[in-house]
Amino acid sequence: MDVLFLSRLQFALHTAFHYIYPPISIGLGIMLVVMEGLYLKTKDLKYKKMTSFWIKIFALTFALGVATGLVQTFAFGTNWARYSRFVGDVFGSALAAEGVFAFFLESGFLGILLFGWDRVGPKLHYLSTIFVCLGAHFSAVWIIVANSWMQTPAGYEIVDTEHGPRAVVTEFWAMVFNPSTIDRLCHVVLGCWLTGAFFVISVAAYYLLQKRYKEIARSMMKIGLSFAMVSLILQLISGDSSARLIARYQPGKLAAFEGIYQTAPKTPISVVGWVDAKNETVHSIKIPGALSFLTYRDLSTPVTGLDQIPKDEWPNVPLTFQTYHIMVMMWAVMFILAVLGLFYLKRLETKKGLLWPMVFSVVLPHIAQQCGWISTEVGRQPWIVWKLLRTSEGVSTSIVKQQVFGSITMFVLIYTLLFVLFLFLLDRKIKHGPEDVRQDDFIYQNIGKMG
Amino acid sequence: MMQFLWYMVLGAASVLYCVLDGFDLGVGALHLFAKTDEERRIFLNAIGPVWDGNEVWIVIMMGGLFAGFPNAYATIFSGFYTLFMFLIAGLIFRACAIEFRSKREGKGWRSFWDATFSLASILVAFIIGLLLGNMIEGIPIDSTQNYVGKFSDFFKPYSVIVGITTVALFAMHGTIYLTMKTEGGAHETVRKWINKAILSFIFWYLVTTLLTIIYMPHMTHRFIHKPYTIAFPILAFLAIFNVPRLIKKGKDGLAFIFSSLSIAFLLVLFSLGTYPRIVRSTLDPAVNSLTIYNSSSSDKTLKILLIVVMIGVPLVLAYGAFVYRVFRGKVRLDHSSY
Repeated sequence: MDVLFLSRLQFALHTAFHYIYPPISIGLGIMLVVMEGLYLKTKDLKYKKMTSFWIKIFALTFALGVATGLVQTFAFGTNWARYSRFVGDVFGSALAAEGVFAFFLESGFLGILLFGWDRVGPKLHYLSTIFVCLGAHFSAVWIIVANSWMQTPAGYEIVDTEHGPRAVVTEFWAMVFNPSTIDRLCHVVLGCWLTGAFFVISVAAYYLLQKRYKEIARSMMKIGLSFAMVSLILQLISGDSSARLIARYQPGKLAAFEGIYQTAPKTPISVVGWVDAKNETVHSIKIPGALSFLTYRDLSTPVTGLDQIPKDEWPNVPLTFQTYHIMVMMWAVMFILAVLGLFYLKRLETKKGLLWPMVFSVVLPHIAQQCGWISTEVGRQPWIVWKLLRTSEGVSTSIVKQQVFGSITMFVLIYTLLFVLFLFLLDRKIKHGPEDVRQDDFIYQNIGKMG
Repeated sequence: MMQFLWYMVLGAASVLYCVLDGFDLGVGALHLFAKTDEERRIFLNAIGPVWDGNEVWIVIMMGGLFAGFPNAYATIFSGFYTLFMFLIAGLIFRACAIEFRSKREGKGWRSFWDATFSLASILVAFIIGLLLGNMIEGIPIDSTQNYVGKFSDFFKPYSVIVGITTVALFAMHGTIYLTMKTEGGAHETVRKWINKAILSFIFWYLVTTLLTIIYMPHMTHRFIHKPYTIAFPILAFLAIFNVPRLIKKGKDGLAFIFSSLSIAFLLVLFSLGTYPRIVRSTLDPAVNSLTIYNSSSSDKTLKILLIVVMIGVPLVLAYGAFVYRVFRGKVRLDHSSY
């Protein structure tokens, strides 16, 4: 275990833990817009109760997102100093835009959402909800811009300085809309929407099982399931588009996703299986020609295999393969749940066998997203910036492994503490339910003042 | 030019951060001096609505450094690795302590989180001071802009004294904030602290000033060559000594403003001494030091950054002012308190 490995592990820990929260904020953001929109339209109080209940959970999640995001602002410089020097010029503008516009919009209007019900009119309140939702989405935009640039760099030139080469922005908009930005943004945002939808479904199912707040729970279930269904279908289209983009720009990554070692016509996809990396084979249930068809809309065109890629540019194939397949599988499980849910919508309260899986379905989008990110980031290896900078060239030189080992230990402790805090407060809020709007609202009052 | 403008932006963010988070760190540092649970809760709730908003400025500072001066960001963060890890731990444990403390009645539970809150606040304030001290004194940076020292190198006497001074400064600032925000018995308690807090800060301030004049000639260089800049140390001195005068007269609000001004002037002094360096290299100060010129992003990026700031910052400030307006006045405990 060297500094490079430990630094990668630590960064994975940071991002994995951080990425629990922003998808909930983004997903609940859009759910809030739907719920409060229904309130404005119908004037039915149940929608208002529902909205203010989810605003509290939104605020809690947002606070955790900020705390874990704080760590991220340190993480680039501490462990990835050479990377920071290399990308600083490109990341700079994206980060600043995120900090000032997205963060402000979100945290600023959250205050009005939380305790503005009596201070502003319903329309202005709804407008604030829309702004908060937009802010949450904007923050995704800038961070995806930065990450997509690492996958498909554009709008830059490499300048040699006395401290090594660095990327300098030449065309701002070409950098922002690099080839993969739009596809990846759609994919990520849809993942977030699913997170929000299944969170709502899960809590609704829990209330239905407990026979509490039945009327509100039924409406939440309806909203959650419909929204999940739409997002799932859109995600299918987005996934397809993303995969074809990867085939074009990062063929080695796609080959690793499906474990394609040999370039051959009628390239298959695997449904499930495992990779024997030593012998460079994949044991799996295959659908012949499926990958050729999905990539080129033609059954026989071969998809580039790893044999076309220099071996020192291969990612970790088994890890990329498995995480990618788990992500896809999660989509299927969510789809089945959503179909069954919508089918039995009228009689759902009697279907305990379906309600219980729904309570636990809240983790499905999270598993899908964590795995999706692992597959796309590990699949980019050995590059930290595609074809420009290797990960091993990005790590800090002035740190030693004892330091990183110490900080990983510390972060495991901190993240455990934060996660316990999150679950503890979340549990209180859910048990407390949507009926009483006033009580126990210290935390979101607090967060309202963030900004 | 672009570099200078971005340096000013970062400077303004640093002043805002130190003035704002300064008082809530100070309140934390004093937390254990409050003896009753009621008093501790009042003090905690005096910063309750605003502390996390104040902390956002540290994120803005870090992000701004990365964006505008990526080389300085890279060197400082990888060089000060372990210190930053303690800083993060301090910030997060402090946040947890505030959230957890009043959730249970048990005496052991509350004492544990009280101690955590107070020690974490002191730790954060001390590390901020220690960082500033090291940036003044310099750290070993080689010709590749990398830190080549050990962890123990951060704890040279001068830097440690700047760290202590910072704790004393924030403690004073926090005490003044509390006098402004409390009434009744709690107010009387804070009144008893205030002279000690001011005196201890003034003591450490004089020690730091003296040591800087004697041992840090590069910090006083500018005052000798551009005599008009001497106005700033004089202003800082006047602002600081105005604080006890105003407190004596019972003008707590004004005292807080002057305490904030003291912080601002001290940071201006820091900049006057260090500019255009961001971090001084002890190995070859003239060549290896990180300046705003050899560590910055391209002019194009800096221009984009400035545009973003010019549009965004007025909005952020307007919102911040709004929040402070909503929560103005004295603290009272109610069902929504910590």
